[in-house]
Amino acid sequence: MLIDANTKVIVQGITGRDGSFHTGQMLAYGTKVVGGVTPGKGGQTVHGLPVFNSAPEAVSETGAEVSVLYVPGRFARDAMLDAAQAPLKLLVVITDGIPTLDMLEAYEALASKGIRIIGPNSPGVIKPGQCKVGIMPARIHTPGSIGVVSRSGTLTYEIVHVLTEAGMGQSFCAGIGGDAVIGTTFTDILPLFEQDPDTEAVVMVGEIGGQDEVEAARYWGRNMSKPLVGFMAGLTAPPNRQMGHAGAILEGEDDTVAAKIQRMEYHGIPVARLISDVVPLLRG
Amino acid sequence: MNLHEYQAKALLRMYGVPAPDGIVARTAEEAEKALNVFSLPVVLKAQVHAGGRGKAGGIRVVTEASDIRPATEAILGLTIQDRPVEALFITPAAHIAQEAYLSLLIDRSERSVAFVGCAEGGVDIEATAKDAPEKVFKRKAPVSQLTRLNPDSLMDFAGQLFEDPSQARQTAGIMARMGRLFAEKDASLIEINPLIADADGTVLALDAKMTVDNKALFRHEDLQEMRKASREDPSEASARAQGLTFIRFDGDIGCIVNGAGLAMATMDIIQHHGGQPANFLDVGGSSNPKKVVAAFELILQHPGVKVIFVNIFGGITRCDDIAEGIRTSFDTMDVSVPVVVRLVGTNEDEGRAMLEEIGIVTVTTLEEGALEAARIAGAA
Repeated sequence: MLIDANTKVIVQGITGRDGSFHTGQMLAYGTKVVGGVTPGKGGQTVHGLPVFNSAPEAVSETGAEVSVLYVPGRFARDAMLDAAQAPLKLLVVITDGIPTLDMLEAYEALASKGIRIIGPNSPGVIKPGQCKVGIMPARIHTPGSIGVVSRSGTLTYEIVHVLTEAGMGQSFCAGIGGDAVIGTTFTDILPLFEQDPDTEAVVMVGEIGGQDEVEAARYWGRNMSKPLVGFMAGLTAPPNRQMGHAGAILEGEDDTVAAKIQRMEYHGIPVARLISDVVPLLRG
Repeated sequence: MNLHEYQAKALLRMYGVPAPDGIVARTAEEAEKALNVFSLPVVLKAQVHAGGRGKAGGIRVVTEASDIRPATEAILGLTIQDRPVEALFITPAAHIAQEAYLSLLIDRSERSVAFVGCAEGGVDIEATAKDAPEKVFKRKAPVSQLTRLNPDSLMDFAGQLFEDPSQARQTAGIMARMGRLFAEKDASLIEINPLIADADGTVLALDAKMTVDNKALFRHEDLQEMRKASREDPSEASARAQGLTFIRFDGDIGCIVNGAGLAMATMDIIQHHGGQPANFLDVGGSSNPKKVVAAFELILQHPGVKVIFVNIFGGITRCDDIAEGIRTSFDTMDVSVPVVVRLVGTNEDEGRAMLEEIGIVTVTTLEEGALEAARIAGAA
């Protein structure tokens, strides 16, 4: 499921305030962070880990397969293109505020090399008890068999917290990011849960904008046997002011939460109206 | 950020896309002066960020010089979708021989940039895509090549909009220039609707709409200037300057939440319990007490607010920083309404203890907090 206790991780932007702080937090959780990258700061150390000038150098010296990126938005494009030059499997982009065209350009480069991107504007991914790659508060998670995938950060914490309190641990939690263009969508991640032997059921946390939840619901209906429960934020939100109607034109469908819930339920996915309904729906 | 039609057309012209010239007028006097430049008939178009301008009376054709003053005053007196019209664009009336639809946009599900076209102009493209998808054409444009698209490679697409070879060639040229404009100004949408061929067979942008990426404004001083020129809710502008996302509504329950998804879910649950949110407010992922103080200031400017609900799930955000911000708000301003606080996550015990010292009781769950806020507002 993308990461486990043996996954070696490098941190791009390790010498920055967030990068350095969260490197410490990840190490404390037991994640095998093996080094970091900050151009021009090669040779320094952070939390005792070596800092390299480029991602290819860091990967060849440490054998890392995963990079997590905390570089500020205006420098993130160069950092992502640097990552595309390294033989990585996964790049997790925490940064919020990356210009969309920079992201599209980096996506073209990374996808052509077969590197999966999670994010941007993501809280990261965690396999509870084994490996945390991101910024989520560790203590709300507990190992178990529920997969969680979400476009939101704090709303995911809210739902994970409710699951943990109800005695339902998590097999893997992924924050896929709140931006309009993201590297891994719900539809991309559902097959991983279906194949993952540790996952028995999945919670998908969506929101207004785009058609990804609807596409994921269609995918689930055709290809998945494991139960899926939905929760959608923004039922009462006014028409999204961030986006033009561009996304909805192409899909030819409504991207409001009400419309998306209707499509999810049409495909047989129960959608919780309150966060407290998620656990009873999972119990069936 | 949405640009006005006149701003979008100025950019299109700068990039070599033909669009009728025009004059921006904010008063009837300025409108009358346009007649020194253009001969009648002229079209007056309300410059307002709202759809349905035509139906609302925001577009008028003027054929007599004596009509321009009353027509201008009528349009400037309009409010379209709650937005008062403050300016209009005056442009010579065009002779439309044929019209089409052309846009360049970000296709989020394909993770690419794409042209969308339709041989019918002036259409509601969303409705057309739904009712007659065979009429809507789409073509991907790789981001890395946007600044140097080859018009020859766009001829097949352009030919679907205009059969006439000369007009198709002009359209392909326009598409290549749109690509460069899109990439160089970090657009997320350039929509020309309609794109017309006039009586002489010249293809030009009769109406234009453009949206640029807020996340890329830092590298475009010209676009930042355009934002200053357009009217924005002062509270929302001030929130943005302080790193908050704030959207005002008509309700009476002020909301302060960390994270956009949780902020939306908080609004949903308040309404589930019969309450009405006064705002959407995301204090963001950082942990700065000053942002909480700014949030209180923004919400308390709204005279109808009966209660404030603070809902924090701390991750990067530390609950003690939030509590510090609440305490400072109580110290420095007249918080005359009850405040319901739900604090969970990083340093929650410290945060709760700080609030108890000033007599604020916290709740532990989102639903408990939302119900309490709705009850205080008289809704539940």
